[in-house]
Amino acid sequence: MGSTEQDKVWAETQASPEFQDLKRSYRGFAFPLTFAFLVWYFLYVILTAFARSWISTPVIGNINIALILGLLQFVSTFLIMWLYERHSSHKLDAPSEKIRDHVDKELAK
Amino acid sequence: MNSSTLSTILFAAFVAFTLVLVFRAGRSTKKSSDFYDGGGSFSGFQNGLAIAGDYMSAASFLGIAGTIALFGYDGFLYSIGFLVAWLVALLLIAEPLRNSGRFTMGDVLAFRMKQRPVRGAAATSTMVVSVFYLMAQMVGAGALVSLLLGISDPNAKSLIIAGVGILMIIYVTVGGMKGTTYVQIVKAFLLMIGAILLTFMVLWTFHFNISELLGAAAEKSGKHAAFLEPGLKFGKEIIDPTTGLLDAGKTLISKLDLISLGMALVLGTAGLPHILIRFYTVPTAKAARKSVNWAIGNIGVFYLMTIALGFGAAALLSRTDLFRGYKVDVTGCLMDAKGAAIVDGSANCTTLENVANLSADAKKMLVPIDPSGNVAAPQLAEFLGGGHGTTGGAIMLAVIGAIAFATILAVVAGLTLASSSSFAHDLYANVIKRGKASPEQEVRVAKISAIVIGLISIVLAIGAQGLNVAFLVAIAFAIAASGNLPAVLFSLFWKRFNTRGAVWAIYGGIAAALVLLIFSPNVSGAETSLLKLSEVGFRFDYFPLANPGIVSIPLGFLFGWIGTITSNESNTQKYAELEVRSMTGAAIGKAVQH
Repeated sequence: MGSTEQDKVWAETQASPEFQDLKRSYRGFAFPLTFAFLVWYFLYVILTAFARSWISTPVIGNINIALILGLLQFVSTFLIMWLYERHSSHKLDAPSEKIRDHVDKELAK
Repeated sequence: MNSSTLSTILFAAFVAFTLVLVFRAGRSTKKSSDFYDGGGSFSGFQNGLAIAGDYMSAASFLGIAGTIALFGYDGFLYSIGFLVAWLVALLLIAEPLRNSGRFTMGDVLAFRMKQRPVRGAAATSTMVVSVFYLMAQMVGAGALVSLLLGISDPNAKSLIIAGVGILMIIYVTVGGMKGTTYVQIVKAFLLMIGAILLTFMVLWTFHFNISELLGAAAEKSGKHAAFLEPGLKFGKEIIDPTTGLLDAGKTLISKLDLISLGMALVLGTAGLPHILIRFYTVPTAKAARKSVNWAIGNIGVFYLMTIALGFGAAALLSRTDLFRGYKVDVTGCLMDAKGAAIVDGSANCTTLENVANLSADAKKMLVPIDPSGNVAAPQLAEFLGGGHGTTGGAIMLAVIGAIAFATILAVVAGLTLASSSSFAHDLYANVIKRGKASPEQEVRVAKISAIVIGLISIVLAIGAQGLNVAFLVAIAFAIAASGNLPAVLFSLFWKRFNTRGAVWAIYGGIAAALVLLIFSPNVSGAETSLLKLSEVGFRFDYFPLANPGIVSIPLGFLFGWIGTITSNESNTQKYAELEVRSMTGAAIGKAVQH
């Protein structure tokens, strides 16, 4: 198979509704989530820089808001990891494998 | 048997064991491309452990524990930044990178671009980032060994740096990616065991009551509640010495510096070449995703434990122990920075035993042997084992010391592998030989360049022994976030992106980070600078932040964008291929046709 025909396979696959659905499903999930965790992280960093007296308020014993917010960053990281894994394995893996098999078959012609 | 001997024996056992693994990996390597990706056949779990082993450097283990022990809460900011950073890698980079590249970061960047300029830029930034990171680790190795074994002779330190360098060259040239991966897996396992053991012992001491631990740390630190709040190290409130009032301008700069550090931490990781190439060691994107999940699990648990390690050290050890004592002259008198005996009251000499009795003014003149508290974790281990001079203490110190060595070795091997791969695959095969090199030639060049890069880093690290390890790590992260991350993200997600954009993003981002660092207080203008103000008498610290990220990272993206829109080049065909490949893994592992 020549490279022009290969280019055609790539372009046709890219334009196919299956691929566009897959792309939308991935980007529609990953991009907003990235935006959200970055906002949440920088909110935390900005609070540690500028909201010192509030963030230093003790909550339980010697545990203050700063420590709780820090631990919540760990919790949100694990949570996002779990959400993305669930989304990928339920929504992305199967269509992505289907398109891959189709493309590999076309390329082998 | 003292802890130095025991530590040496344990470390020798680790080296012997990993060398066996590496030589066996070397023998089982069949294809020459296995040098780069270890055959691409590791499982997600194995690679997850290896990523953790590649990522958690001595700076993480010793540096964060030390920073928390000395400055309290602020050290924890590193833990958070280093962990959250993995979400960038997970959500945006690991899977598409695995699907569209083969061996190096340059594979993805050059996919739809003109090969020579983009691969040249990719190889340059890979080597710059890796060499700074290598220097940091090797300088850290020299310092650590001298602290743990009580060696202060500079020649012996240099010898240790050379030894670490030679070992990493052997790991990489003999074992390639497969051997290096084994070393990293073993190291990650040991590091987790060590940290879990220490954490358990700390929590046991404080009846599994975190609040009690924090309270004890705050009390012992002498800073009380402030020790548990942000602000002792980063984003300090600066008081104007003449008026005694808050200096609003300087305080704002100090807070921006904190945000800038946070930015480099969270955006740097996904631009570190030695981390990126780890995604190629698994067969599919799904496995790459699983490996990041495992890595996040490991790294997250580890960084949570830094709370117990750091605050535990603060609560249980004396300040003198955390600093590994203060500088004394030959007669045992405490010295100030200029080498004169510290005079306090009627006594004309104060010894280490009486350090607690010094006046506050005299205490300020003390010179800590280890101002960054890098030995907090090993010292904590000794204390928990029973204390100095006990068998239990000696065993614990030796075990944790040996784990710290192992940590350094695994990381330097990963860095050497990343830079030699990029030299051979990007620069030699695609720039110099224009894609006409045979795989065998390529791997021969990779091995030679591993030796050369290893030797260069040995020389640089020996010369750089006076530099601050955290500073060198910060440079590596700032460059990775400013040059590599914009280029990788634009490549994967922006259709219009092109050769000029990639080249400008990389060189522009690196240059912005380096120039800002040169004109920062890291290099001149203060007593803590590379060029001490009192010694050189001139300053050029025109950029007030110690961390360049807040300016250089947006600049990297901006350069990439300007480069792209000022060039007409755009390869829609190749972008179609890249997009389909990166999302699906079609034609995975097959060379890209140009």
